Amino acid sequence: MTSTPSHAPLLSVERLSVFYDQFRAVDAIDLTVGAGEIVSIIGANGAGKSSLLKAIIGQADRIEGTIRYDGEDLAGRTTPQIVAKGIALVPEGRRLFASLSVEENLHLGWEVGRRNGLSLDEVFDFFPVLRERRRQKARELSGGQQQMVALGRALLADPKLLLCDEISLGLAPLIVDQLYKLIPAIKQRGIGILIVEQDITRSLAVADRFYCLLEGKVTLAGRPGETSRDVVMQHYFGL
Amino acid sequence: MAGALANQIIQGILLGGLYALFAVGLSLSVGIMRFVNIAHGDLIVLVSFVLLSLTSKLGLPLVLATAIVLPITFGGGYLLQRLLLQRVLGQSVLAIVLVTFGLSVIVQNALQGTYGADTRLIPGGDIVTATIHLGGGINIGVLPLTIFMSAVALVFALDRLLYRTRLGARIRAVSDNVASANLVGLKSAHIYAVAMGIVGVTMGISAAFMAVSTNFDPTSGPSRLLVAFEAVVLGGLGSLWGTLAGGIIVGVAQSIGAQFDAGWQLLAGHLVFLAVFLLRPQGLFPK
Repeated sequence: MTSTPSHAPLLSVERLSVFYDQFRAVDAIDLTVGAGEIVSIIGANGAGKSSLLKAIIGQADRIEGTIRYDGEDLAGRTTPQIVAKGIALVPEGRRLFASLSVEENLHLGWEVGRRNGLSLDEVFDFFPVLRERRRQKARELSGGQQQMVALGRALLADPKLLLCDEISLGLAPLIVDQLYKLIPAIKQRGIGILIVEQDITRSLAVADRFYCLLEGKVTLAGRPGETSRDVVMQHYFGL
Repeated sequence: MAGALANQIIQGILLGGLYALFAVGLSLSVGIMRFVNIAHGDLIVLVSFVLLSLTSKLGLPLVLATAIVLPITFGGGYLLQRLLLQRVLGQSVLAIVLVTFGLSVIVQNALQGTYGADTRLIPGGDIVTATIHLGGGINIGVLPLTIFMSAVALVFALDRLLYRTRLGARIRAVSDNVASANLVGLKSAHIYAVAMGIVGVTMGISAAFMAVSTNFDPTSGPSRLLVAFEAVVLGGLGSLWGTLAGGIIVGVAQSIGAQFDAGWQLLAGHLVFLAVFLLRPQGLFPK
């Protein structure tokens, strides 16, 4: 089952460049994500994947090009405005508030978001272990449980577009399986999902489409089923 | 003799309430925003002078004047953080010390220019002299008792606000990690400014009590800051109840020191601070 965006995609990035001082981390890339579509960004360390997500959420130092979301140019929008419009980020390294309880961390996601959609109880249904630990501080959780909170926090914002930055990083394969099993369920709600991952196998398995980044440029784009693994690996490493 | 000592300890505890009032705002800015506001004492003195003008020039009762001033101190704290302190926060530790030190100099000189160097006191009426006689040579002033109970109530209220409300959770989230807060879409500059507004309210309350209970002049700020700072460090950074305990310890030490010699009052407070600091540098109730 592949869902192709029929008319205007949910997110469309045109000729986007992201800079850190003089360094160009992302170099004039084009990319789209449709509603209910899973798009995977693969690429080695330093390919510009995280910079791309930072630019979409409004945390990049300087960008060129346009980012259109839900028919609107995001230029000049602050992160709180972007999140309130329905883009939520699951940041690399989870970025929970260590001294806050699980429930407080989750509720913050609801507060900054569209204040609609999923309830705290539904998140606890996704991750029953969090219900038992709702009063515990985030720093007392295991890495996998923290990642569940980070994902739950993003979902409580009721996003139309979910950005996932390296959600498998540093976690046991079993936990990663658990998290990735939820991705199709999230897609079923009509949410567009942009996944950034170094684990190529994992992210291509769930993706409808993918883009391969190398040194800030898109070197390959396509559908996982229609591109051979050898071709993907060649573009991944720039061979 | 035992009765006299008990009396001094009780007076010291009550004095500690006043010190805790000075310190609780500083405790918030140190514990949450992680900077020392050198102008903390001067801003309290500034509000005391504003209250002096409202009561003496306009003839308002102090309680009414305070009720008028508290929203203004909230707004003042908010704007101070948003327009000035936020610009230097997170750059370097020194930058914010210099900015608040400059603010301290400006406030002191502005007050000297406006009010002159005279020592002032706002007349508090009957409450200042009212005393409860407990027997055994122990007398409790109604005003110090009111101040102490206000300090306990304020610490209780701030603790609830910080740890039991959604606003408190937002404030603690930004305090935990500003970069993460920005990344998930919290308005961290606004949230810090609200926290500083709350600090402003505590300044307003302590300014009112200070103005009726002790003499003040335009240069009183730094000594208030010093006592407040000692209370915060003694109690442990970030702990509001610890700050109350720290204030009480300084108050009791001063009160007992004054028994031996009036000149020993301030010194005894500082010596006890140093002694506890050497034995327990993390404070009594570190977070």
